[in-house]
Amino acid sequence: MCPDQIIELMHDYLDDELDPKKEQILREHLQSCKECQTIFNELKKTVAFVQSISHMQAPADFTAQVLAKLPKEKKKIWIGRLLKSHPILSAASVFVALMLGSLVSTWNQDQEFSVSKQKNLVVKDNTVIVPKGKVVKGDVIVRNGDLKIEGEIQGDATVIHGKKYLASAGHVTGDIEEVNEVFDWMWYHMKTTTKKVVHVLDSE
Amino acid sequence: MEQIVKKRIKQVMKGDHDAFGDIVELYKNSIFQLCFRMLGNRHEAEDLAQEAFIRAFVNIESFNQDLKFSTWLYRIATNLCIDRLRKKKPDYYLDAEVAGTEGLTMYSQIPSNTPLPETEVESLELQETVQNEILKLPEKYRSAIVLKYIEDLSLNEISEILDLPLGTVKTRIHRGREALRQQLRYV
Repeated sequence: MCPDQIIELMHDYLDDELDPKKEQILREHLQSCKECQTIFNELKKTVAFVQSISHMQAPADFTAQVLAKLPKEKKKIWIGRLLKSHPILSAASVFVALMLGSLVSTWNQDQEFSVSKQKNLVVKDNTVIVPKGKVVKGDVIVRNGDLKIEGEIQGDATVIHGKKYLASAGHVTGDIEEVNEVFDWMWYHMKTTTKKVVHVLDSE
Repeated sequence: MEQIVKKRIKQVMKGDHDAFGDIVELYKNSIFQLCFRMLGNRHEAEDLAQEAFIRAFVNIESFNQDLKFSTWLYRIATNLCIDRLRKKKPDYYLDAEVAGTEGLTMYSQIPSNTPLPETEVESLELQETVQNEILKLPEKYRSAIVLKYIEDLSLNEISEILDLPLGTVKTRIHRGREALRQQLRYV
């Protein structure tokens, strides 16, 4: 019977961990011992068998399955990727962001009382009054103040950051509009800009 | 390659799913194969391999970036497989071995439409025999053998994955190899 130590040497050899000295011992023993030679060959064959089955592939939809089961992606990443893959979208979003920023800041900055200049308008403590029986021609715009209509406005009346009071005798021929929220403000801004553009186009 | 993986991991840490998709593509075959050789059944293997990736994603914060990502991933998958083997209840799958037969699965009970060429049958039979012998190994030898010969990893990596001293890993591989030799010597 061969010493167990020889079997150990075989395993070390298979692990690539046999120093040359010990390898010499193993080789010499194998040359003289048929039994150990058989074991050694069987071990090498076993390793080859096990290695031969090592080429399996995951199912085709594996990655998609995993990704579908992940917790939801953070919005920041998602938007970032969207913008990366659609440069026009990112240009547009930058434009919109700047536009919004400037609009909102003008909304917040513009705290001063102002009124469009027209004949017959009376101003009293941040309140603009259209006196009884008087007629104001053209559109009236009041910022950061109230509008009291007792007479007649031949045109539109717009109150930004304020309230309008329409007396029973008061009359406005055009539209009456109150703008009190940022969104109203933006909407108003967009409308007047479009109107101006349309106007310019029309006059051409 | 490690550089690409590191870059992807950083993106994954920010929550990027696409970057993680690249990681899954890279390691899916290894991880799926590891699970299949450990459990011996495709359904369970796919299930656990997916679970391993999901856990890696969810716990990516706890991954130490100085280490090799694959080692960490293998460790998650191996632990999941071992846990599953320990609390395994009898499940019935088509590719599970039929009781009392040698390497017969429910698939072999279903007549196949196209007859396979003889050499292919032989190599398939050999593969099945080898797989079944691996599955008969006690789980501690099985994990070491699979990581060494199926995944082709170094003893040092295996010792890190299994969180065992190098000497213990060697002993397990020696014993596993010896047990397989006993079974496969006359094949």
